[in-house]
Amino acid sequence: MKRIIFEGQSYDCKETESILDCLTTNGVPVPSSCKAGVCQTCLMRALQGSVPPESQRGLKSTLVERNYFMACSCYPVEDMEVALSGTGAGKMPATVVALESLNSEIICVKLHPSGPFEYRSGQYVNFFRDASTARSYSLASVPKLDDCIELHVRKVPQGQVSTWIHESLSPGDTVEISEASGDCFYVPGNPDQGLLLIGTGSGLAPLYGIIRDALLQGHSGPIRLYHGSLIVAGLYLMEELRQLARECLNFTYTPCVSEGAAPEGFSPGIVLDVALKDTPRLSGWRVYLCGNPAMVNAAKKKTFFAGASMRDIHADPF
Amino acid sequence: MGDSLYNKIGGEAAVNAAVDIFYRKVLSDARISGFFEGVDMDRQASKQKAFLTLAFGGPNHYTGEDMRRGHAHLVAKGLNDSHFDAVMENLGATLTELNVPAELIAQAAAIAESTRNDVLGK
Repeated sequence: MKRIIFEGQSYDCKETESILDCLTTNGVPVPSSCKAGVCQTCLMRALQGSVPPESQRGLKSTLVERNYFMACSCYPVEDMEVALSGTGAGKMPATVVALESLNSEIICVKLHPSGPFEYRSGQYVNFFRDASTARSYSLASVPKLDDCIELHVRKVPQGQVSTWIHESLSPGDTVEISEASGDCFYVPGNPDQGLLLIGTGSGLAPLYGIIRDALLQGHSGPIRLYHGSLIVAGLYLMEELRQLARECLNFTYTPCVSEGAAPEGFSPGIVLDVALKDTPRLSGWRVYLCGNPAMVNAAKKKTFFAGASMRDIHADPF
Repeated sequence: MGDSLYNKIGGEAAVNAAVDIFYRKVLSDARISGFFEGVDMDRQASKQKAFLTLAFGGPNHYTGEDMRRGHAHLVAKGLNDSHFDAVMENLGATLTELNVPAELIAQAAAIAESTRNDVLGK
């Protein structure tokens, strides 16, 4: 008999029972469908206790890293505390360390969380203006390289949170953020695999984190970044990325502008088209897509048709 | 279990190899691609995987009722036999591409075929 903690309640799980059986028999509603460890409808997350590997078969590597499992095929080997997927993000205060302009509409917000803050570059946090108003921002920083956590915030016209961040925050202020969540990040293993990263606007934030994290972890395969905007002024971190490309031979950076003629050093056209023209066959590649939802959704389909496996496509539309 | 259809086809590894190929075929098939417009691709890929596991005779607990409920919204949009036939064709083509022997393809097709009435709400 193992003990399963769910939302503060304790349940006894018999040897022959899966966590799904245990919770549903006790009246806890957990969505499920195939009950055979395939469809992933009953996805849950372990907060405490080791996860039996057979309950993670076929899950994306980013979910396995974060202790997600399928409740229907999880027969606990020890006591566990579990949560439904997508819940359990606690809040914590953080101090604003700096607000730095990246271009005319995007700033880098550097924060110092008040307590231990675990995250992976490319995940996101919710940034609270008040108890009921929050927006998600991706983490551009790398835990081992950067002292602060860094977010790229674009000023959205009439944006309740972004306008407040741009106009009212100052260094020294205390704000509230959530724990990091999301599964768009670099997973070590397979260091020779090609990485294709495509972003628009402040969608560069998670990609900038993922690239530096991958390089830090010794990724040796090609890493190709395409960052697109309408015009050159919409891009940012160009010097830093060009410098990184000079230092790391397996990393290439292609800034793209879709309106008018492109100046020297920039590729003309839609960022997705430029990327797929350079790398038309993506079989075996890992793909990261961040930014404008229309671009991200189109890119998911196109990169999948170009040969990338669904399991290797990581997307974050915002 | 050693000589079950699922094991002969290659078990979970075969499902993983088949799912991308099958899903690409389904998505690019103009006869049925409309049913997949605006659907979350990750969730859909998991469902395709569950379907292939079922067709390969693998572990599943789907009931006819699950199939009816899961497809009712598509039947309301006009899902009919011609669309089911198209999916069957894509399933066969996927397995052929993976060099699965014809007799095993026939067995998998027979299992998939057995869900027709439930899927179409007949």
